[in-house]
Amino acid sequence: MPQPVFRTKDLTKIYRTGEVEVRALSSVSMTLYEGEMAVLLGPSGSGKSTLLNIIGGLDKASSGTVHFKELELTALSERQLTRYRRDHVGFVFQFYNLIPSLTARENVALVTEVAKSPMAPEEALAMVDLEDRMSHFPAQLSGGEQQRVAIARAIAKRPEVLLCDEPTGALDSKTGILVLEALARINEDLGTTTAIITHNAGIQKIAHRVISFRDGQIADTHTNEVRIKPAEVVW
Amino acid sequence: MRVLDKKLLRDFRRLWAQGLAIAMVMACGVATLIMAVGAFRSLEESRSAFYDRYRFGSIFAAAVRAPTHLQSRIEAISGVAATELRIMQPAILDIEGMNEPASGLAVSVPDFDEPSVNRIYIRAGRLPEPGRGNEVAVSEPFATAHGFRLGNSFSAIMNGQKHPVTIVGIVLSPEFIYAIGPGDMLPDQRRFGVFFMSKSVLAGLYDLNGAFNSVSLTTLRNANTDNIIEQLDALLKPYGGTGAHDRSEQISHAFLDAELDQLWAMAAVIPPIFLFVSAFLVNMILARLIALEREQVGLLKAVGYSTVTIGWHYAKLVTFIAIIGIVIGSGAGFWLGRALTRLYGTFYSFPFLIFRQSPDLYLLAGGVTVTAALAGAFNAIRTIADLPPATAMRPPAPANYRGFLPHWLPKLHFMSQLTIMALRHLIRWPVRTFLTILGTALSVALLVTSMFSYDSIDMMIDTIFFQTERQDATISFAADQHKDTIFDVAALPGVLLAEPFRSVAAKLKNSHWQERVAITGLPERTDLSRVLDPDFHPIVPPGSGLMLSESLARKLHAGMGDRIDVELLEKNGRTERLTVTAIAQGFVGLTAYMRLDALNRLMLEGDQISGALIKVDTNAINRLYQAVKETPQIASIALQKITLQRFRRTIEENITTSTTIYIALAVIITFGVIYNSARIQLSERARELASLRVFGFTRAEVSSVLMTELTVIVLLAQPLGWLMGYGLAWSVVRGLDTDLFRIPLVVNSETYAIASIVVLSSALFSALVVRRRINRLDLIKVLKTRE
Repeated sequence: MPQPVFRTKDLTKIYRTGEVEVRALSSVSMTLYEGEMAVLLGPSGSGKSTLLNIIGGLDKASSGTVHFKELELTALSERQLTRYRRDHVGFVFQFYNLIPSLTARENVALVTEVAKSPMAPEEALAMVDLEDRMSHFPAQLSGGEQQRVAIARAIAKRPEVLLCDEPTGALDSKTGILVLEALARINEDLGTTTAIITHNAGIQKIAHRVISFRDGQIADTHTNEVRIKPAEVVW
Repeated sequence: MRVLDKKLLRDFRRLWAQGLAIAMVMACGVATLIMAVGAFRSLEESRSAFYDRYRFGSIFAAAVRAPTHLQSRIEAISGVAATELRIMQPAILDIEGMNEPASGLAVSVPDFDEPSVNRIYIRAGRLPEPGRGNEVAVSEPFATAHGFRLGNSFSAIMNGQKHPVTIVGIVLSPEFIYAIGPGDMLPDQRRFGVFFMSKSVLAGLYDLNGAFNSVSLTTLRNANTDNIIEQLDALLKPYGGTGAHDRSEQISHAFLDAELDQLWAMAAVIPPIFLFVSAFLVNMILARLIALEREQVGLLKAVGYSTVTIGWHYAKLVTFIAIIGIVIGSGAGFWLGRALTRLYGTFYSFPFLIFRQSPDLYLLAGGVTVTAALAGAFNAIRTIADLPPATAMRPPAPANYRGFLPHWLPKLHFMSQLTIMALRHLIRWPVRTFLTILGTALSVALLVTSMFSYDSIDMMIDTIFFQTERQDATISFAADQHKDTIFDVAALPGVLLAEPFRSVAAKLKNSHWQERVAITGLPERTDLSRVLDPDFHPIVPPGSGLMLSESLARKLHAGMGDRIDVELLEKNGRTERLTVTAIAQGFVGLTAYMRLDALNRLMLEGDQISGALIKVDTNAINRLYQAVKETPQIASIALQKITLQRFRRTIEENITTSTTIYIALAVIITFGVIYNSARIQLSERARELASLRVFGFTRAEVSSVLMTELTVIVLLAQPLGWLMGYGLAWSVVRGLDTDLFRIPLVVNSETYAIASIVVLSSALFSALVVRRRINRLDLIKVLKTRE
């Protein structure tokens, strides 16, 4: 039986901007398991990014609790959350967020330099098939290549969890598939718990489990009996 | 209000801190310009009004005893407008409640008329009446320093007699706007006073009935001054004329000229520094603003706004910032200019100080500032024209970076990726990096320039008072005495050591270059007065020939071994040819030295001395003062050590005030440059820095990227700033190099250190202000947007 990695209980997030109150998450309780690849599906504003930000330690909940293994994230200070992100979480974003002044290798080294037991930047880049593009600056790489550098950077520190927010959102289908293949391989090889946010329903079939969001709540959770390979995803 | 103007106001509200920082830099430029030019004009106008209304002389000459019948012949010289023959004599003053003897200068006023040249402004009372032996009018600063009122009395020792006098008038003369006592380096209004007496009374006291010893002329417009001087010299030569000179050698006028030059130099150097820095800052923030608003610019163009309209919109923002700077700067400039003009009131005695702040000055300052701001904005605004609307609405391509070392070099493993990020960013925008360094360096330079004068003056004090003129006081005789008089001086109470000197007026000529100087004769072995060579080693005066100070040698184009003509002005102009046997170091005046015995041989007069340098037992000082007041042969006593104390105090006060102002100016520049540069870096890199936070870097680590960049900039700025400061100090020293004094260029390492500490602290402060913003980075927002 896989161990739970994340457990949320009655997680609620309310944003207040001026007099407007937005309920982004409303009493969400869910669990993500070790080694699991989960796709979080839903339209914009359904609360999936808010959930990812909270479990990634980027944002704080208004009420409810989140546990990362035995650690209660909702009780951590700003400083402890920074430490948590540094030691346990890998992030991949829609717009890559590479540092333009660092080469591919250096972008990965940025994270490995401060990690506890990282792999070599070269190894991480090889896992995403970029060993021959290591000395290129972001401006010299295509969008797909940039996203794979971002993935290499996220996994190089051997995080327990990999959180991906629309990792293929800015890519065409061909490069998108390359990125998904990299994510699937890492999940497979390293056993990293992976959560992928998308509104591309075609992607859901590569996951172990699909969690659908609507209006800040989990509308549906189902397990894929049969998973497909990323190459088979219909865009 | 048009919609674009509303945007303008809201943009400014958002950018207020950066805008204000730039406006403050501009304000410094405006304020220093208004202060310097305003004070220049005040001083210049006050002087010229005083000169015009009170007929300040154009030519001055002295003689030993010339008959008054020369007047018609002097007036007959072509170009002479008016002539005033008078008697001027130094005197020792004995004032109740003042132990040390004061020095006075007695000047005659005509008995039945106003002086036709150098008229006297009467502040209170009247001029002395003819023949009233006890009546004097005293100069206002002297009266003020002693709290004298009409009817008060003091004693003047004139021609060996103690003469009680009563004050009937308090007056000012255009000849003594800046009045400095014999042997003094700064005016001391308590120790030196000019007083006016009836001509017949002074003539009686000095046995000068039917004679004069000083003459001042005014000339017609376009008169040939050199010709008048030549003819006047010829007329006075038989009567011990010591050479006529024009205003440039008149002490009061020359000091005012030096002050005006200094103000002009300040107006020419300092405001441009601020205007340059503000133009650069405007360029920096506007370029960033336009880059951020790229899509808005594209939209405006797409809906039909012209490039000119959009450019004008940004120009208005810049002009708005400039106007804030001009308003603040004008207020500060007005206040500082008035304070500076008032300060002049304490050094220079004018009957009226015109502090006129004409609108044209403010218009000039405003115009220059707006121009500098728009010049800074020009480049940024031009990018708008180059932006086609479709491109503008797409996000810009990612910045292209390159490595700073060739790829075949081993990788820099000792640097963290964060450091590499910082350094590559600096190299990516080399011009901006350089200008930021330059801006910061300018504030270091400004501080070095403002503070070095303390080092130079310190060195000057050390050289003058502790190495060359080491006496406590200098006694000048009323007339030259036999050299044995030195024993009488040595016998005065409290005198520990006395050394004789002789002073002789002469005109030195080398080819067509000539200078009027006093040749000082010194004994072979001296302890108190020493002559130093240009490397500050004492020179033993050679047994023959002439020693020239560096500045005199330069003016005469003479060097070691040259033979120059010495016209002995006191000896009917007899001319001898002497060899230059040494070059001496000298900061004050143009000086020439000879061995005392050689000088006496030259004069063909036997062993004569003009006075003595003395070292004094401070415990017996009051008895010495008393003795000096009672010794008829002593015409004046200069108290070097008292002068020094006062000099130090005055200089320290002035320097403290000016340094405070300059530190404030430098802090404003540094803050303006570093704060804006950090804000722009933050704005450009918010995404990167937020990403770093997401990856688990701490706030301190993330800040270190910005801090590394700023540290590199600020550190590189230091040596550059020292170098520029040294250069500016050099030009200041050059600018102040006059016949009256020369300031050595000395910049101590402490000065560099203080300049750097001030700049580093204000840079640190501005960086910390920006660091607070790093702490508030919104992690989620920056990740969702695409720049």
